[in-house]
Amino acid sequence: MTATMSPPQSQVSSLTTGKMHRAIPFAICVFSIAVGVVGVYSIGGFKWGWMAIVAAHLYLLLVTIASRVIEDRRQATDRAMRTVMTIAFTTVTIPLISVFWKVIAEGASRFDRKFFTGSMRITPEDMLAQMEGAAVGGALHAMAGTLIITAIAGIISVPLGLLTAIYLVEYGKGKLAGAVTRMVDVMTGIPSIVAGLFAYALFELFLGPGTRSGLSGGVALSLLMTPVVVRSSEEMLRLVPNELREASLALGVAKWRTILKVVLPTAIAGILTGVTLAVARVIGETAPLLVTAGVAQGINLNPFSGRMTTLPVFSYYEYVQPGVPPETGIARAWGAALMLVMIVAVLFTAARIMSHVLKPKGLK
Amino acid sequence: MTANSEIDMPAQTAGTTHSEETSVEPVIAVNNLNIYYDKFLAVRDVTMEIASRSITALIGPSGCGKSTFLRSLNRMHEVIPKAHVDGVVQLNGEDIYRPDVDPVTVRRRIGMVFQRPNPFPTMSIYENVLAGMRLNANRLSKPDADEIVERSLTGANLWGEVKDRLDNPGSSLSGGQQQRLCIARAIAVEPEVLLMDEPCSALDPISTMAIEALMEQLKDQFTIVIVTHNMQQAARVSERTAFFNIDEPGQPGHIVEMDLTEKMFSNPQEKATSDYVTGRFG
Repeated sequence: MTATMSPPQSQVSSLTTGKMHRAIPFAICVFSIAVGVVGVYSIGGFKWGWMAIVAAHLYLLLVTIASRVIEDRRQATDRAMRTVMTIAFTTVTIPLISVFWKVIAEGASRFDRKFFTGSMRITPEDMLAQMEGAAVGGALHAMAGTLIITAIAGIISVPLGLLTAIYLVEYGKGKLAGAVTRMVDVMTGIPSIVAGLFAYALFELFLGPGTRSGLSGGVALSLLMTPVVVRSSEEMLRLVPNELREASLALGVAKWRTILKVVLPTAIAGILTGVTLAVARVIGETAPLLVTAGVAQGINLNPFSGRMTTLPVFSYYEYVQPGVPPETGIARAWGAALMLVMIVAVLFTAARIMSHVLKPKGLK
Repeated sequence: MTANSEIDMPAQTAGTTHSEETSVEPVIAVNNLNIYYDKFLAVRDVTMEIASRSITALIGPSGCGKSTFLRSLNRMHEVIPKAHVDGVVQLNGEDIYRPDVDPVTVRRRIGMVFQRPNPFPTMSIYENVLAGMRLNANRLSKPDADEIVERSLTGANLWGEVKDRLDNPGSSLSGGQQQRLCIARAIAVEPEVLLMDEPCSALDPISTMAIEALMEQLKDQFTIVIVTHNMQQAARVSERTAFFNIDEPGQPGHIVEMDLTEKMFSNPQEKATSDYVTGRFG
């Protein structure tokens, strides 16, 4: 038998250290929560935020001490850092969940047929009905405006941004490339209202003062969107291994074809994700659209003339000028907010699906 | 000392049993080639002739510029920013570095296989073989395309292994198969010369044997130049061997000696060569 070769289990090996039983952190957790709840309740009533803070800090302290006593210093540091990270992660998700919860809870009340089929051109009868407390008015004009203006921004920014990124990664060298990179960085930091004022001033030059149009709004958004597209596409193009470019060039393929047929298809999934993020970045913009596209009560599908409302602007206006009684306007504002969140969610889902479908077969 | 060995070469060859090879026109003739990265001279003063339908091996320690030299033979060197050469490289008597020569045309006639297998991840095995045509937007009828794929994969000794799964991605193959796929891709465009930059260094011995056997077959149709760190490989597969060296790091690499492989490994002219091939350094 070789059993004699292995040391008896009870003997302490030089390789082992104390190991805290799994139940101990769990017990400390339960204890901390109990202390937090009871302690805060006895002092100032049911304030769950304070309870969570007390419980989290207490757990962090106790679990570190326990680990230091039972295990060793490295294990104690490990547990402390893990706990800090878990708390940080939880803290970050709270606002996210809270926002979703609030928007859905408040916005769902206006998810009726009228909201999706009507605009804010309200008939006198509706006005009277609103006085009685009925839900009237819709956001169709704002949904249309959001889609049109964001599409214009995308049509301008995606080619512009992608071509700039291709220039920077594949062709640019020396001072010009450096200057372009710096300008893109500066553009990323432009306050959105400044972008709006720029677009307003630009269109005023051509079409006279007071011009407001969807196109102008789209131009303002493209100013904010382009640097995001450049940055993300640049990152993605740089991730394409140089070996693939060389393989293509060595086959006697021209450089532009290499970029078009090898580099872009390899990076397309990431580029699409970046474009979606850029869309999400601008679709919720309010300030630049207030000055460029303005506010309209009715549906305007022509981006070249007339004011055009988007969902964020609509939501903002229904909040500052809710009408009589104010609850109906506030409800429309929440409805628009929920609509916006849903559009972004749909866009993200679509981009995930698209990028999975387009991802190179070999990289899935 | 670099010059005499190359000048000697044809004369020495004439006196050996390989005399019939001297009648073959060199496919590539290199004259006083200096290769630079920006201002740094990486390889100096190479003069060499590469015989048609044979395998020429380039050996030497790391950093001696043999890969750089290889890449300068089909103008892949200049893909690196600020890299340039001076000197003359002739393909069948035509200077490939003449200002009006398009590097794209040169690369269509002088193909390349790289150290690490690099099939296109966006393409299937079938599409990878046709990449040279498809990427250049050459329209092929389906039967023609099928024929090229079968011929190239057969030529690369890969047809039997992949013929039932041509639609799988190229990256689904093993490393050795991927490298043979890259060779199939390179020979599909029917170049005159095939440059191989350490094609087996990322592969296991079995795959290496497969590639070496393949090179033996390919040399009937193509002129092959191979860079290798593996001296046994150079001795096994090549007809001629060139030994590159550097005096010290930071100095330009240069060619020490070039001769028939059996002579290089049995009775080299230069002491540095015999030190290297007998494993005394490098």
